[in-house]
Amino acid sequence: MAEYHLTTPLSDEDVSKLKAGDIVYLSGTIYTARDAAHKRLVDLIEAGKELPFDLKGSVIYFVGPTPPKPGEPIGSAGPTTSYRMDSYSPILIEHGQKGMIGKGKRNQAVKDACIKHKAVYFGATGGAGALIAKAIKSAEVIAYPELGPEAIRKLEVENFPVTVINDTYGNDLYEMGRAKYEVKD
Amino acid sequence: MREIAYEDLVKSVKAMVMHTASHLPEDALKAIEKAYEEEQSEVAKSVLKQILDNAHLASEEDRPLCQDTGLAVYFVNVGEEVKVVGGHIRDAINEATEQAYKEGYLRASTCDCFDRHNLKDEIGYNLPAIIHFDLVPGDKIEIEYAAKGGGSENVSRATVLAPAQGKEGIKAFVKQVISDAGPNPCPPIIVGVGIGGTFEVAAKSSKHALFREAGTPNPDPDLNAFEQELKEELNKLGIGAMGMGGTQTVLAVHVEKNPCHIASLPVSVNVQCHSSRHSHITL
Repeated sequence: MAEYHLTTPLSDEDVSKLKAGDIVYLSGTIYTARDAAHKRLVDLIEAGKELPFDLKGSVIYFVGPTPPKPGEPIGSAGPTTSYRMDSYSPILIEHGQKGMIGKGKRNQAVKDACIKHKAVYFGATGGAGALIAKAIKSAEVIAYPELGPEAIRKLEVENFPVTVINDTYGNDLYEMGRAKYEVKD
Repeated sequence: MREIAYEDLVKSVKAMVMHTASHLPEDALKAIEKAYEEEQSEVAKSVLKQILDNAHLASEEDRPLCQDTGLAVYFVNVGEEVKVVGGHIRDAINEATEQAYKEGYLRASTCDCFDRHNLKDEIGYNLPAIIHFDLVPGDKIEIEYAAKGGGSENVSRATVLAPAQGKEGIKAFVKQVISDAGPNPCPPIIVGVGIGGTFEVAAKSSKHALFREAGTPNPDPDLNAFEQELKEELNKLGIGAMGMGGTQTVLAVHVEKNPCHIASLPVSVNVQCHSSRHSHITL
């Protein structure tokens, strides 16, 4: 288990050194999107249209934050369950996305895309929304404001703590961790 | 007939809802602290530490513990000798919910089932609340409340077993549900199990079981032993905090049992994430 400090956008070299179980502190710009926004991004790609942000080297955080209190950049902002993005993520990865932050299992298609196009899936601690918000320095809605908490936001983050779940080598921390502690009768 | 003013009911429920969003109740906090002490995996231990840090930060700074501030779920026992004057109880609870979620900067999470549009401007901000009423003797109104998130609700399951499957069948079903859920419901979790009744009674009981204080024994000694047995079984799965592998997957198992049809054995499993935000008031 290693620890890294990385700044976005991420390169192939950045993600290739990461292994499932590594702790990463992310800084720089990341984007938020949940199911509804993912569907729109994929529709744009399929229609050959321009996206609201550059996918190359990007990290997308699966989150629908609470509304910010006056004077604050964002409300509580922990990860949402990632499988709902499984049908969209491989297409975004194929077009240059390098990182995803969420919680929970991904399907084989996402894991395969991580190997083929060099991308990683990071886990953040679900239910730690107040703590994670501390790492978010600014937030700006850049697309689909009508989606409310599901709008795409551009976040500036500093040392956002995440753990590598799926790496570019096919490893899965959920499977590895559980195998180690499972007691079979 | 005792009378309670509509406005007083709104005020009390609103205060409870706002407080619960940012203050993890003592029972959940203690259960997580115990899991932190007993966990053997270093990775899972660091996750549990983050969860505890988050709980302290949220209560100190009055911030929502989690961005999923849930659907507002209530179990309301209305005494037969008390009435609310100036409006209906259901309206008061909905009004309190809306005010608390708006003024507390909590998330509006109710949407249409099919086109998924948020209903905050049509029905109300995070409305309707989910309210289960019951009539009881006495002149009090008892309200149990929980903010129920989606991630743990999504892995919950119900079935109707054949009576011959018995306790072993129930154990196998519960274990399968929690095993399939893996990291998704934000473990360490509390598992509510509703047994018996009809199909919907089992489901409702499994929800209500989650409102009991974690760590308090079941008053029925047989069920209490069954809860301990289930907890031990489930912790063998090795899922650990946030599914990263570990010995502490389940903080508590709570079982509620009801008489059932001679042909059936309904079983429901309702899962609660570690952010077990619940509270109750008596008026």
